[in-house]
Amino acid sequence: MSAGLIYAATGCLLFVLGLGGVLLLKALLRRILAFNLMGSGAFLVLVGLAQRDGTPDPVPQAMVLTGIVVAVAATALALTLARRWHALTGREDIARVGDAGSRARRMANDRRKVGR
Amino acid sequence: MTPLLDPLAWLILLPLLWATLAFLAADRHGPMLALAGIGGQLLCVIALAGDVASHGSIGHLAGGWAEPLGIRLVADGLSLVMLLLTQGVALTLALYARSYFSQATPPAFWPLTGFLLAGMNALFLSGDLFNLYVTLELVGLAAVGLVAAGGGAAQIAAALRYLLATLVGSGAYLFGVALIYGSYGTVSASLLGSLITSEAPLAVWLAGGLMLTGLLLKTALLPFHFWLPPAHGGAPAPVSALLSALVVKASFYLFLRLWLGPFAALSEALPALAQVPAALGATAILWGSWRAIRADRLKMLVAYSTVAQLGYLFLIFPLLGTGALALQAGILQATAHGLAKAAMFVAAGTLIKVGGSDRVLGVAGAAAHLPVSLFAFALAGVTLMGLPPSGGFLAKWLLIDAALAAGQPWIVVVALSGGLLAGIYVFRVLRLAFRRPTTHDDVPLPQRPAALLEWTAFALAAGSVLIGLGAAPLLALIAGVQP
Repeated sequence: MSAGLIYAATGCLLFVLGLGGVLLLKALLRRILAFNLMGSGAFLVLVGLAQRDGTPDPVPQAMVLTGIVVAVAATALALTLARRWHALTGREDIARVGDAGSRARRMANDRRKVGR
Repeated sequence: MTPLLDPLAWLILLPLLWATLAFLAADRHGPMLALAGIGGQLLCVIALAGDVASHGSIGHLAGGWAEPLGIRLVADGLSLVMLLLTQGVALTLALYARSYFSQATPPAFWPLTGFLLAGMNALFLSGDLFNLYVTLELVGLAAVGLVAAGGGAAQIAAALRYLLATLVGSGAYLFGVALIYGSYGTVSASLLGSLITSEAPLAVWLAGGLMLTGLLLKTALLPFHFWLPPAHGGAPAPVSALLSALVVKASFYLFLRLWLGPFAALSEALPALAQVPAALGATAILWGSWRAIRADRLKMLVAYSTVAQLGYLFLIFPLLGTGALALQAGILQATAHGLAKAAMFVAAGTLIKVGGSDRVLGVAGAAAHLPVSLFAFALAGVTLMGLPPSGGFLAKWLLIDAALAAGQPWIVVVALSGGLLAGIYVFRVLRLAFRRPTTHDDVPLPQRPAALLEWTAFALAAGSVLIGLGAAPLLALIAGVQP
């Protein structure tokens, strides 16, 4: 197994861990961190798979740099929104507002939320 | 044409430019900058239309750098139609927003709109998968910012939920791009088509699944629609209109592009795959319409109607093999729905602003004091129901034609019952509007809104109907698309 494949396999693992985190965790900060883990996994796969024959390929490196910029911007936006949410409601999760709840509860919440 | 004057590049540069200026001017000159900028973009699209009509497809290398380091922009009939829809709807919405926000504009509304348009135009013009990822994120982040622009707790929660959904969607897309680059060493959409046809390892199937699922999440196709109603229903009216009419179409466009281009080999190898988006689309039509019928807030009704109408876009996938008909049906539906849904949200915004109540029951009596807005709402409803001669009618006609040609009669049943269900929720609003309001006669009539608020809605709705009469050049453009 070449070094590139080890990176790629680690990347897959990180991506799945991150995805699970975004979908299953409750606390917003943890979900934002999990999203970053997901991104890092994808970057590792991008760089790792592309250097299978031993020589690094510059194109995916440039892509990962761009991807990091995008991820930083997304994280900043998510943190700003999370802070605002915390300031307005004092809560650190949006789980009860919807996405981890049952469908029925979600609908009840849709109705309630827009009314506020 | 000299590179400096190429409309392809200016379609992306212009919105970035005016959005930055609008940000620096701290919203004072926002409306003027936006109107001038979008007007310029519309001229660019018109300049482009002539070239595309005569050449079929034109390209531009940004900055003169060759691929793979440089970025290649491509325009063909499909992207041209989407660009035209985007600039046309955005210009009308900018006029509406200028008057809707006459007292207080939400912070950063104009700059975010500019960045959103830049991202969408870049998405319609990009020819490589990685650049498409960047544009997807640009569109997503700007749209989340716009949802949060209202500033209330409900909007922030809707924005956060939308953000997490959109980030998961684009994360899955990026992972797919990584697998594809690892397998083929290129991300050019035009090259990948033939490469995947000749050899498709397991990693490519995984990549295809992840990328397409990620895009479905961003397009809010059932069962991924959970984020859409609160985000679209809770935002200020001009934002709802932008998001529902245009933003969800961007990820649909990309889904369609990938399906027809790089991943065509995958759906050929396993034809049953095409039934998956169609089945989800059919469920979305029934479920979304049902929720719209039951909604008790006007904007939620319109938002759930979006969930239903998006379903139609995905009915075309099992029919794409039968020629240009299905593709024409899908794009015409996207165009007609874009115009109609913008009109509907904008008219609903005026009804709520003037009537003072956001409930469906609050429209009671609107026929008397807001006839133009109500007429716009009804005209948009005509398109959603698919009554002749509207664009929605022609789109459904083409869809039914294609479904019969392909021997898939169940699609005909779904398309027709979706139209009936749309009739129920549209007439629910209209019936109430012609009722006498429950308040007493001594309550003064609400103030008349600015004429611009009413007539922009009317123009959008009229456009969605008229497009059914003048669709021939549009259909010819789509028929000429080489996937």
